Amino acid sequence: MKFRYEVSGEDMSLAGKASGEVKRALGRLGVSPAAIKRTAVCMYEAEMNMVIHGGGGVAEAELSPDRIVVTLRDSGPGIPDLELAMQEGYSTAPEWIREMGFGAGMGLPNMKRNSDELRIDSAPGSGTTVTIMVRFDPNEGPGA
Amino acid sequence: MNGASFHSVTLDPAKCKACTTCLRFCPTEAIRVRKGRAHIADERCVDCGECIRVCPNNAKKAVSDPLSAIEPFAVRVALPAPTLYGQFDERFSVDRILCGLLELGFTDVFEVAEAAELVSDAAAAWMARAGDGGPWLSSACPAVVKLLQVRFPSLLDRLAPIMSPMEAAARLVKERLYPGRDDVGVFFISPCAGKVTVSRYPQGLFESAVDGVIAIKDIYLPLRAALPGVTERPMRRATARGVAWAHIDGESDALAVPRAISVSGIADVIGVFEALENGKMKDVAFIEALACPAGCVGGPLTVENPYIARARIRSMEHRSAAALEPRFRAEELELSLEREVSARAGLALAPDMLKAMLLLEETELIAESLPGLDCGSCGAPSCRAFAEDVAKGDAVITDCIFKLRENLRKLGEELIGMEGPPPEQGAGR
Repeated sequence: MKFRYEVSGEDMSLAGKASGEVKRALGRLGVSPAAIKRTAVCMYEAEMNMVIHGGGGVAEAELSPDRIVVTLRDSGPGIPDLELAMQEGYSTAPEWIREMGFGAGMGLPNMKRNSDELRIDSAPGSGTTVTIMVRFDPNEGPGA
Repeated sequence: MNGASFHSVTLDPAKCKACTTCLRFCPTEAIRVRKGRAHIADERCVDCGECIRVCPNNAKKAVSDPLSAIEPFAVRVALPAPTLYGQFDERFSVDRILCGLLELGFTDVFEVAEAAELVSDAAAAWMARAGDGGPWLSSACPAVVKLLQVRFPSLLDRLAPIMSPMEAAARLVKERLYPGRDDVGVFFISPCAGKVTVSRYPQGLFESAVDGVIAIKDIYLPLRAALPGVTERPMRRATARGVAWAHIDGESDALAVPRAISVSGIADVIGVFEALENGKMKDVAFIEALACPAGCVGGPLTVENPYIARARIRSMEHRSAAALEPRFRAEELELSLEREVSARAGLALAPDMLKAMLLLEETELIAESLPGLDCGSCGAPSCRAFAEDVAKGDAVITDCIFKLRENLRKLGEELIGMEGPPPEQGAGR
């Protein structure tokens, strides 16, 4: 099953809403706490990036019994050097974002660590699409 | 009481008017109004007492023990929560309040604030050993611990595994002050509904050493009546550090952890946990989360306004050193939890994921067809929760008054349509 969310690039106070909804859905499915946490961390980071750098966009989550695939698409400026962006501590975030506790350059590395697959399609001028896959471990249901 | 699902927070069906006020305040969507009264789902209830606080008909209540419950014991020890001190104005000192408890039939008093100091030391020492893996969460508030079990299971491994001051106090009484005796009854004087539940089904412990929990609101009047005539003598052992646990910031200050967050009120606690689950709090070492507004002084079993009680306790903290010497040292005591606090699958739509997925799909379809007003008339807290109920078969779609109206209109149109044009003469023969 599929969920689709519009993510506003205008209102920072709404950032995190889409990942919150997905988290709720995973809880209803009885997905293991560990997988919910990993999905939440990845999608929240990606959603923040989309708001801060990408000017908003669309987030889609596709759920199957064994995995979730989240795709976040924006039409922002794109990432010029993906390899550099994946390095811990590298950040292009403006000062006001850092003041809010974001922009430490840990976002993409963190997403990589918490996902089972991470794919970033981006080029300057053609926006960024981030695809995150998290596998559910059937052996760690809730209360297990 | 019904086995492991016993809850202190219960409903008096005779008083409930099915008004739906409580629905929207429940942090785990545990309440439904069906057949003219509210119902609380045991597997979801976290005993936070929000519904007790908001019910306009006083139909929600916390089951606790009457003062007479102390009678069967030869040694009757009161464990007053420090919140008790803030219920009375400045004329009544802590020593007087403690002596007052003895007038009501208790034979001894052990301040929970004294145990809170030991718990603070134990928790600080544990965190120092645990290193940088935080933020660690306080396990003092039973409603917060249950909220983690039901709604934030992925955060359970962040609980600092140290027992609550209530439990520490009860064990010290039984193991150190009256060892080897079976006629000792230990009674917590409580601002908190959740403590009643955990005194019977403890979190992270095999058994509670507390024999009963008496609500502050139940003991208030007899104690208030006794206080003016009490002969006061030195009783206090707890210092400001332990007494401050009654309100928000008290525990963090007592632990003296740098980079601590303290948050009170269940809605704000949820906000902090959501952020923590999103991986947002890497620079935080400790989170003191208390379900009630302003902390335990805001508990549903208190009498005084939480902010007045907090102000009184804070002014007490400023002026008082303990009267008597401390009796214990944390490093000589065992204050750790004995077992894991595990997740509770209260929010899953079905035990089996495939089945849950079908129900979730159906929920989405139903939710789209609903008005999205979250009016509560159907008896569920939100349109989405109602959609889940319909998908699970716990409610029918026409419990929504908007859907009912829609269906009636359709039915009306169909009835008119059935009338049709008048039949021609001889038709159908």
